[in-house]
Amino acid sequence: MADLSFVRSEMLPERAPPATEVGIVKWLRTNLFSTWPNALLTIAAFYVIYLVLAGVLPWLFGGVWTTSSLSECREVLQGDVGGCFSVLTERWNQLIYGFKYPTELYWRPNLALVLLAFAAAPVLFFDLPRKLLLFTAIYPFIAYWLVWGGPIGVPVTAFVGILGAYLVFERFSASNFALGALGGVAAAFVLWFIGGYLVDMMASENPLLTPVASRDLGGFMLNLMLGVTCVSLSIPLGIALALGRQSSMPLIKGVCVIFIEFIRGVPLITLLFVASVMLAYFFPPDATVDLFLRVVIMITLFSSAYIAEVIRGGLAALPKGQYEAADSLGLDYPQAMRFIILPQALKISIPGIVNVAVGLFKDTTLVSVISMFDLVGMIRGPILASQEWNGVYWELLGFAALLFFVVCYGISQYSQWLERRLRTDHR
Amino acid sequence: MSSITFDHHADRSKMAVSDEVAIEIRNMNKWYGSFHVLRDIDLTVYQGERIVIAGPSGSGKSTLIRCINRLEEHQEGQIIVDGTELTSDLKNVDKVRSEVGMVFQHFNLFPHLTILENCTLAPIWVRKEPKKEAEERAMHFLEKVKIPEQAHKYPGMLSGGQQQRVAIARSLCMMPRIMLFDEPTSALDPEMIKEVLETMVELAEEGMTMLCVTHEMGFAKEVANRVIFMDAGQIVEQNEPEEFFNNPQSERTKLFLSQIL
Ligand SMILES: Nc1ncnc2c1ncn2[C@@H]1O[C@H](COP(=O)(O)OP(=O)(O)O)[C@@H](O)[C@H]1O
Ligand SMILES: [Mg+2]
Repeated sequence: MADLSFVRSEMLPERAPPATEVGIVKWLRTNLFSTWPNALLTIAAFYVIYLVLAGVLPWLFGGVWTTSSLSECREVLQGDVGGCFSVLTERWNQLIYGFKYPTELYWRPNLALVLLAFAAAPVLFFDLPRKLLLFTAIYPFIAYWLVWGGPIGVPVTAFVGILGAYLVFERFSASNFALGALGGVAAAFVLWFIGGYLVDMMASENPLLTPVASRDLGGFMLNLMLGVTCVSLSIPLGIALALGRQSSMPLIKGVCVIFIEFIRGVPLITLLFVASVMLAYFFPPDATVDLFLRVVIMITLFSSAYIAEVIRGGLAALPKGQYEAADSLGLDYPQAMRFIILPQALKISIPGIVNVAVGLFKDTTLVSVISMFDLVGMIRGPILASQEWNGVYWELLGFAALLFFVVCYGISQYSQWLERRLRTDHR
Repeated sequence: MSSITFDHHADRSKMAVSDEVAIEIRNMNKWYGSFHVLRDIDLTVYQGERIVIAGPSGSGKSTLIRCINRLEEHQEGQIIVDGTELTSDLKNVDKVRSEVGMVFQHFNLFPHLTILENCTLAPIWVRKEPKKEAEERAMHFLEKVKIPEQAHKYPGMLSGGQQQRVAIARSLCMMPRIMLFDEPTSALDPEMIKEVLETMVELAEEGMTMLCVTHEMGFAKEVANRVIFMDAGQIVEQNEPEEFFNNPQSERTKLFLSQIL
């Protein structure tokens, strides 16, 4: 038998890797030219990229930005390649605000957008001081007042009603959850009733902010408003539906299951038509429920059903031991949900929720079919139908795509950051 | 199986059993659907007792101790913990759970919270303690289980043995009078079993009432004052450890002991 024993007398020093294994050469070789077919594909891909850029870049950089109609554009270009981007500059206000929002009031939605950044920050970046959430709580009422104007009593009443409901709920829910919830709802209605009465009584001829009707909203502003409102409403509603679907009470469970399955089985566009023509039947005949509100309700219901299903997946992924540990420590159901179950289930659900949110935001363009003039509605209607700009498809639709892309890409980047930030295993 | 040896013998001086009843189970029966999992269980646990429950897999050991803090519901008979009977009245359930701590086989720590937050969550929200006080006590117990330096890490960064010791500290932070252990070491590598068992021995030395489902017979000999053997949903035999191991009476017990020792 050979001698199997071995003892190393001297440890080996570290050496640099061979030259073909470092730097750009190595990168090119492994990533672009590792094999012959791979190299051919690389060359073909570069050729396609070249073709696309060769077509788009001259169009982009040779574009015209200052004319006032398509025919003028053509004159300036004189057959050269170039986009007629003047439609964007000339119709900028219409694309962003719609064609009826009073020009002198543009500062109001602008201000609302700036404040939105402050209101959203503590929600999106939870390392910020929690006190900022107070502003988030009052923001919806400020934003409503800024965009729609009218007597300040309306948002104040709405706020006071919800504040009252919250206080009643806080006071009673600890001892009896149902009593707290019902009392809260009752308090809100009482306060709204009194408030509505007071607002009617004190309504002055010219309120501080000129009122603007919902049908005067339009452009990308309308898309943003619908998107932000519906996303922020449908996430809590989706959570409630997902929890309801898990409930041990058959009635609650049944209602949630039927709601979710029904909504998921119906195209959004049908719901929007229902909102525009039929929903009025469900409200008292003299109640004129605002079209914007009706659309918000429908889109919110629609996406909350999808979000509920996403969150249900997250809930199902949690081990049973998490519920048992929470129970054994004496946490009650709301506490277990709030501190243990939902934080983990929502974290798992982030990609799915973001998927729904991005889809929802793009679906807000569907309101153009029920004659609301959102960005796409403006392009298809007033702008393309006008004499000056009839036929400028690429520039307008490309611009719309760009706006939506920027927002959706932002959402997606945020969600990836959030997932990284929430990762707690093995950092 | 019971290869773990302890560095020093457990100090039984403070392990006094009082005649105050901690848990009283009378004629308790439980079914999963039509499967009769627990049959006519009668058991009285006195304050300060350290009971080890052994038995083959599927004999209903976990179900029994999970009934004691109502993670499972029993259908017949009575369970009275510290004078409170477990019924469908949620107030009683909450009261019992606040007095009974539980340690699980798979630790069940909350992975999205730091070790310290794991330990302070329930004291802050269930016992309504000020955060500072809860943190001080959590640090006290983390020191006791010898991992105060991990307080700001997340459970996923700790070894299994460390996680189980955190789980014990988390239960202790609720100041329970009774601790339930459901196979606390069976998911652990041998070298980690020892550190967890030593923590449990220390707890016993301080006079904690403990019910412990385990196959660590070394632990039973060292600490327990009573060993209960279960099979097919019934208590088949119970005795002091000495007698139980040296002089088992029932054939089933003999068979079981011959398999695991
Ligand atoms: N949730 C459940 N539903 C139905 N059967 C169960 C459930 N949990 C446990 N069982 C059954 O009850 C019996 C006792 O289980 P368990 O108490 O976990 O046993 P042990 O802990 O002694 O191994 C086993 O046969 C098991 O299959
Ligand atoms: Mg078990």
